[in-house]
Amino acid sequence: MGFFIETLIGGLMAGMLYSLVALGFVLIFKSSGVFNFAQGAMVLFAALAMARFSEWANAALGGDSLLLANVIAFFGAGLAMLFVAWAVERFVLRKLVNQEGATLLMATLGITYILEGVGQTLFGSEIYNIDVGMPKEPVMMFESMFEGGILINKEDFIAALIAAILVGLLTLFFQKTPVGRALRAVADDHQAAQSIGIPLNRIWVIVWLVAGIVALVAGIIWGSKLGVQFSLTTVALRALPVVILGGLTSVPGAIVGGLIIGVGEKLSEVYIGPMVGGGIEIWFAYVLALVFLLFRPQGLFGEKIINRV
Amino acid sequence: MKLRALALAAAISAVGLTSATVSTSAVAQAKEQFFPVLVYRTGAYAANGNPWANGYVDYLKLVNAKGGINGVKLSFEECETAYATDRGVECYERLKGKGATVFQPLSTGVTFALTEKAPVDKIPLITAGYGRSESQDGSVFTWNFPLLGTYWVGADVAIQYIAKQAGGLDKLKGKKIALVYHDSPFGKEPIPALQERAKMHGFELQLLPVAHPGVEQKATWLQIRQSKPDNVLLWGWGVMNSTALKEAQATGYPREKMTGIWWAGAEPDVKDVGAGAKGYNALALQHSAEPNAKVVKDMLDMVHAKGQGTGPKEEVGSVLYMRGMLSAMLSVEGVRKAQERYGKGKVMTGEQTRWGLENLNLDQKTLDGMGFAGVMRPVQTSCLDHMGASWVRIQTWDGAKWVPANDWYQADEKLLRGMVMNASRKYAEEKKITPRTPEQCKL
Amino acid sequence: MLYRENGQFKTTYAADQQIFTITQDKWFVIAVIAFAFIGVPMIADEYMFRAILIPFLILALAALGVNLLVGYCGQITLGAGAFMAVGAYAAYNFQIRIDGMPLIAAVLLGGLTSAGIGIIFGIPSLRVRGLYLAVATLAAQFFCDWAFLRIQWFTNNSSSGSVSISNLQVFGWTIDAPVEKYLFCLVFIVLFALLAKNLTRATMGRQWMAIRDMDVAAEVIGIRPMYAKLSAFAVSSFFVGVAGALWGFVHLGSWEPAAFSVDRSFQLLFMVIIGGMGSIFGSFIGAAFIVILPIFLNQFLPALGSIVGVTISTAAVSHAELIIFGSLIVFFLIVEPHGLARLWAIAKEKLRLWPFPH
Repeated sequence: MGFFIETLIGGLMAGMLYSLVALGFVLIFKSSGVFNFAQGAMVLFAALAMARFSEWANAALGGDSLLLANVIAFFGAGLAMLFVAWAVERFVLRKLVNQEGATLLMATLGITYILEGVGQTLFGSEIYNIDVGMPKEPVMMFESMFEGGILINKEDFIAALIAAILVGLLTLFFQKTPVGRALRAVADDHQAAQSIGIPLNRIWVIVWLVAGIVALVAGIIWGSKLGVQFSLTTVALRALPVVILGGLTSVPGAIVGGLIIGVGEKLSEVYIGPMVGGGIEIWFAYVLALVFLLFRPQGLFGEKIINRV
Repeated sequence: MKLRALALAAAISAVGLTSATVSTSAVAQAKEQFFPVLVYRTGAYAANGNPWANGYVDYLKLVNAKGGINGVKLSFEECETAYATDRGVECYERLKGKGATVFQPLSTGVTFALTEKAPVDKIPLITAGYGRSESQDGSVFTWNFPLLGTYWVGADVAIQYIAKQAGGLDKLKGKKIALVYHDSPFGKEPIPALQERAKMHGFELQLLPVAHPGVEQKATWLQIRQSKPDNVLLWGWGVMNSTALKEAQATGYPREKMTGIWWAGAEPDVKDVGAGAKGYNALALQHSAEPNAKVVKDMLDMVHAKGQGTGPKEEVGSVLYMRGMLSAMLSVEGVRKAQERYGKGKVMTGEQTRWGLENLNLDQKTLDGMGFAGVMRPVQTSCLDHMGASWVRIQTWDGAKWVPANDWYQADEKLLRGMVMNASRKYAEEKKITPRTPEQCKL
Repeated sequence: MLYRENGQFKTTYAADQQIFTITQDKWFVIAVIAFAFIGVPMIADEYMFRAILIPFLILALAALGVNLLVGYCGQITLGAGAFMAVGAYAAYNFQIRIDGMPLIAAVLLGGLTSAGIGIIFGIPSLRVRGLYLAVATLAAQFFCDWAFLRIQWFTNNSSSGSVSISNLQVFGWTIDAPVEKYLFCLVFIVLFALLAKNLTRATMGRQWMAIRDMDVAAEVIGIRPMYAKLSAFAVSSFFVGVAGALWGFVHLGSWEPAAFSVDRSFQLLFMVIIGGMGSIFGSFIGAAFIVILPIFLNQFLPALGSIVGVTISTAAVSHAELIIFGSLIVFFLIVEPHGLARLWAIAKEKLRLWPFPH
């Protein structure tokens, strides 16, 4: 029982991290109809920027204050993501307005290559460290209730907390600020939004920037957990089932989807995996999402698609 | 407009193609021993591929600085494989045409593909510390040279080491050993050897695959926490290793109980885990990090001091850099040996180099003379044994650097020989190869 | 002037329904095929065959298969790599488990197995569409990756999970020289391209296109969506599976599941979209572009550097390669979102009037 709960908690926390990456997908899809495969590369790029800026700032400051270096690096990386957002809008999106979904998807794959290349050229392709002071050692809880206790990973816990706060902030941003309202208007109807004077181009930059910041936070959390290296791009593949399970257009969907996928894949790996030789979690996540899709083809929280002839 | 852009693109690429072909033909010159270098400096495994490649190339530069092989200068060209089989094959085809001496792909997948091609093109394939374990049998695998050790050697020594910690091979009975492995031919190679040992000594082997690239291991380590194995063997490459160590830390599995293969025992694997990996052991393919070796000093003086170093200075002497150097050294010595027979000061063909590699005899004196004192032990190959040595040390991460222990281990020759012969005979049967007889070897 | 169909009158329906109704087109294609069969073997060297032409032909065949599904039937797939893997491993098993299995039969049976698996993984397309479907097809990709790594039977219990094949023989003809391998693949490609062309002109292809353009409307006029979609998945997987078998048997000789990873799926989709969706010819241009461009950049950049007098490190080259490759993809998508095949069509259009544009 204790172990089951432990797996469950592990799954929930992993799921929270997936939803963080999934959020980036949803934000961009919602406002511009682009299925942004480059989200993983953005996570890598942001994390690389953060890690190296922090290293350089720390060296420039003489190694006195890691916190200050990290803050500087965070803003530096944020600026880098702003530049990415601007460049994507200026050189790609603006020229591809009204194209089909598949074409846009391929364009973001092109962006993926560019970001991977630029990121590694600028920042190097070794493993780098992001040290934001995350605790690494585990804690044991409820040792009286279960044999062996339940192991909680503080780092995961903090990460999940940060993810939850970020989601809260994004919700506030969308619901309460004028920019957020404009974003929602664009999401509902491009033309209607444009006709009442919302500048589409600027909105897109903002959305990509927000997605970039989300990628930065995801990059910091994953990077501090795994080290910053090329394989961070593959987190996008882990987050895809989350997005389709939750629905491409729903922020709460990304969260709930993340939790379902996280729990589902960890439980399956631990309990079903040993029977079939292990290593099943990645396809299990996709199959799980697929099963949900068969019942709700637009995802759990997605908007119902109405077909008219 | 669109057409004009297309025409422009076509014109540019046409110009480029011609210039590319012109320049490649200019490179192919005689009187230089050409070494193709397959590397991966980008992608998921770049952090580990880089130091190896730097060591390899630097050693070739060092040989040139020392006057080449009996006066024959070395030339080399890198080709990026990104650890992908098809790109590796493309690189092989590209560099083959330039008179390649010997290939070292540094990827088990590429090795498997090239094993089929090398006999046709008559180019030897050195896989120092990786590749197919059964290719030790030179009578069937004429062109493969898994010098210094195969994964079966590694698996065997790892079990010996664990047994020694436990107080003898008989103490292994009833123990549980988990193998956390990279889910690819590389990670699966040791399984037969481990299963053989498990049968002999009655320990339980738990297999835990980790999907490429290995950043998601939470479930794996939850399982380890549940089954509480006495030891964990780590068979990873690249980011998988550091992730495994971090997850071990996060689930509280003692790092002292973990033993890694030699590809999981380098600086990039533990650097960003730092103190969290303290106590973690890894096999050392003879050498560990050797910043004090004479050859490293030579390298710094004769190559890096002149600004010709390939990578950063700090990296010289690190584990994977050393492995790259050793790998290059073995190729160079193969050529040197071949020159003894086919004429000193001449450029050797792949076939001649193969003879050299097959008759390699690096005794301690030669090694000391080259500056490898304390780095490695003698290597002697033969027609039937393409491995040459199976010495392994254990190294431990003390939180800041790798510290090699002084005991040397050797794989159980009797046990492995049988397995190698079985596997290579099976291969020969599949491929309809007639194994070479000792008489043919003498040719 | 050269390219004008004036005066080419059709007097029978059969003549009107030829594959190439314009004489110049017909001769052009025949000339290209003849050149591929006779000219190329005379001028290409071993490197060209092994590193460029053979991969190009095989991937063009796979791209053709993907194009049938994506371009003609409108079902985006990201699981093509998996079907290549199914084709390769199935063909491998037929080849080694049945004594005296002819090579061509093994390859085709590999394709058929892949078609069967394709139908199974095509079932979600009946409920799910668009990008949701694209992601759902990734399930096939990851499941197959896993299955070929884990289920030992598929790899004939090879301890490393890597399989190899050799001694390729067709009717006593041993295929081992590069030029023979090239010709062997070429025969497959030409026949399959012809098959694809005819399929898309026949009932089946028309049904696919109706489904692609508006599935509800297609249903109303009596096209069964289930039959049309699943047949598209089956035929596409058949093509892709045959390509996979050739990739394993002819190109690599020895392979592991990583040879058919998700990157391969993306690569195939790239070929289709860059080349042109719903165009047979486009599949070939797309494949050429995606296969040759990285190799070209990889050799061209250092060459360029040496002309200017700069030595570019391998790392810088491979990163620059990524950047340029990505930029060119974006560039072509912007210049011509309908693919390179569309540029070709425009060129023909202009050629028709040339040299008197008015």
